[in-house]
Amino acid sequence: MLYSPKLSKFLESYGIILVVIVMMVVIALSRPEVFLTPQNLTNILKQNATLALVALGMFVVIVTAGIDLSVGSTMALSMVTLALASRMGLPWPVVLLVGPLVGIAVGLVNGIGLTWLKLPHPFIMTLGTLNAVRGIAYLVTNGAPISGLQPEVRYLGQAYYDLGIFAPPAGIPASLIVVAVCAIGLWFFLEKTSTGRHIYAIGGNPQAARVSGVNVDGILVLVYVIAGFMAGLGGLLLAGRTDSGFPNAGLMLELDAIAAVIIGGASFFGGRGTVLGVLAGVLIMGLLRNGLNINNVSSFWQMVLIGIVIIFAVWIDVIRRRAAVRR
Amino acid sequence: MAGSATPLLEARGVAKYFGAITALHDVNFQVGHGEVLGVVGDNGAGKSTLMKILSGLYHPSEGEILLDGKVVKFNSPKDARAAGIEMVYQDFALAGNMPIYENIYMGREPGIKLGPLTIIDHHKAREMARSHLDNLHINVKSVDQNTEDLSGGQRQAVAIARATAFHAQLVIMDEPTAALAIKEVGKVLDLIKRLKEHGVAVIVISHRMDDIFYCCDRVMALYQGTNFAESQLADTSRNEVIGWIMGTKGHTESLAHDRLQ
Repeated sequence: MLYSPKLSKFLESYGIILVVIVMMVVIALSRPEVFLTPQNLTNILKQNATLALVALGMFVVIVTAGIDLSVGSTMALSMVTLALASRMGLPWPVVLLVGPLVGIAVGLVNGIGLTWLKLPHPFIMTLGTLNAVRGIAYLVTNGAPISGLQPEVRYLGQAYYDLGIFAPPAGIPASLIVVAVCAIGLWFFLEKTSTGRHIYAIGGNPQAARVSGVNVDGILVLVYVIAGFMAGLGGLLLAGRTDSGFPNAGLMLELDAIAAVIIGGASFFGGRGTVLGVLAGVLIMGLLRNGLNINNVSSFWQMVLIGIVIIFAVWIDVIRRRAAVRR
Repeated sequence: MAGSATPLLEARGVAKYFGAITALHDVNFQVGHGEVLGVVGDNGAGKSTLMKILSGLYHPSEGEILLDGKVVKFNSPKDARAAGIEMVYQDFALAGNMPIYENIYMGREPGIKLGPLTIIDHHKAREMARSHLDNLHINVKSVDQNTEDLSGGQRQAVAIARATAFHAQLVIMDEPTAALAIKEVGKVLDLIKRLKEHGVAVIVISHRMDDIFYCCDRVMALYQGTNFAESQLADTSRNEVIGWIMGTKGHTESLAHDRLQ
């Protein structure tokens, strides 16, 4: 077979985009009259905006060879607190800040717990906060959803711009712009700044980072704060889209986020992965669900298929890496 | 050393206790500018504790460290690096998932400083890495290669390049050849000699007499937590140094380990 290093490099960086395109073509061929409508495409983007944000936060944690199981609970707590704040009549700019701030607070607890208490693995600290934070979300709401948010608070989750081309309710969702800004910001941070590179270094060899004068504990705290912030922002979008804060939101969201990150080519053992890959991973999960939905495949089968895709994606990665070592 | 210039580094009465355990006591020695000092000692003699004190990882419990005649106190490896003391670790301490040039400048990236953040000038970092590696006659395919794709000797060379990337005065090397294939040992030892030519002092910790006798100017033995004996390399022999490691002085031919049958 023909072997070209350039082609292999290209496939390594952008192969995942090809997967997304192939999926779109296949789904479009199966139900062209439904899939390709602006309304359906708008929906896919809107529905996956929250997962995209949470997955981006999860990605930063996974790059350090960590894991944050608490993001689903964090998102729910952010949603219900900002809904409460909105109902209490706080000015909307304050309410907008509540979600992300709650996320940052949970992230701080995770990071500080991990580094100060020296728990053996972030799995344990965040498993604790997964439960505790979810419990708090139920406590502050008595388990009931809180609806009726200020329009300004709903804006980011609900608004879309039809640009005079699309017929409502289709258009560019405001939440897509939030995701794009976060993704570009995160990409710049991870690739172009010293702290971003240190995050990768910690994932590759924490000892190397430490002896190079990198404040490893400080960066670990920062990483969990980023994950919390993203979960809080995701909560703001979801609260806006659904016009409510419900304490059982985002159940198992952490697993979807991990799946998206892994499908997107990041290594579970840290040090590897790209922002673009994570976004592709989110899209692959979203397209799979949408494609199966519009073909009337039951949600039970969707779970089976997503499971298979996760295993398949990692297997491809194993093969690719083995080939790279041989070369 | 009567009448000579101030030594680059001097340890005076250094001791280190871990609870009830005495790791080091009353350690005194010096390293001159551009001198290569070999440090030998059996396992548990205190070599790595001493090196961790010099590189700022540990504080001495007693005694002081002088750099160019001035007492210095290191609170972290960062302080030691700022003072020009660098450490090369036995396991290289490189991030395998990152390219050579990023490993060399990790923690000291060139670029625009914005508070605690540096916006890295990757182009400049590559250029700097290339010219620095050329200076040390280290050949790599590309500074963009990840260090996990390098051989042991190349990794050691990158670790040494990192240690000397910024005006190092003293490089401490912990067992620099222990993790290498035999054919790569010579290259690394030559690199140590090259550092000396560049005016950098080196402390080499090694178990291999061949390493010590190939590249050092002077050798010092630690025994049971203190400096036991030292000599200019020309005035001693392998057997005598091996005797020091085992705590015997005035070594005779008949005691030499390689004569034991």
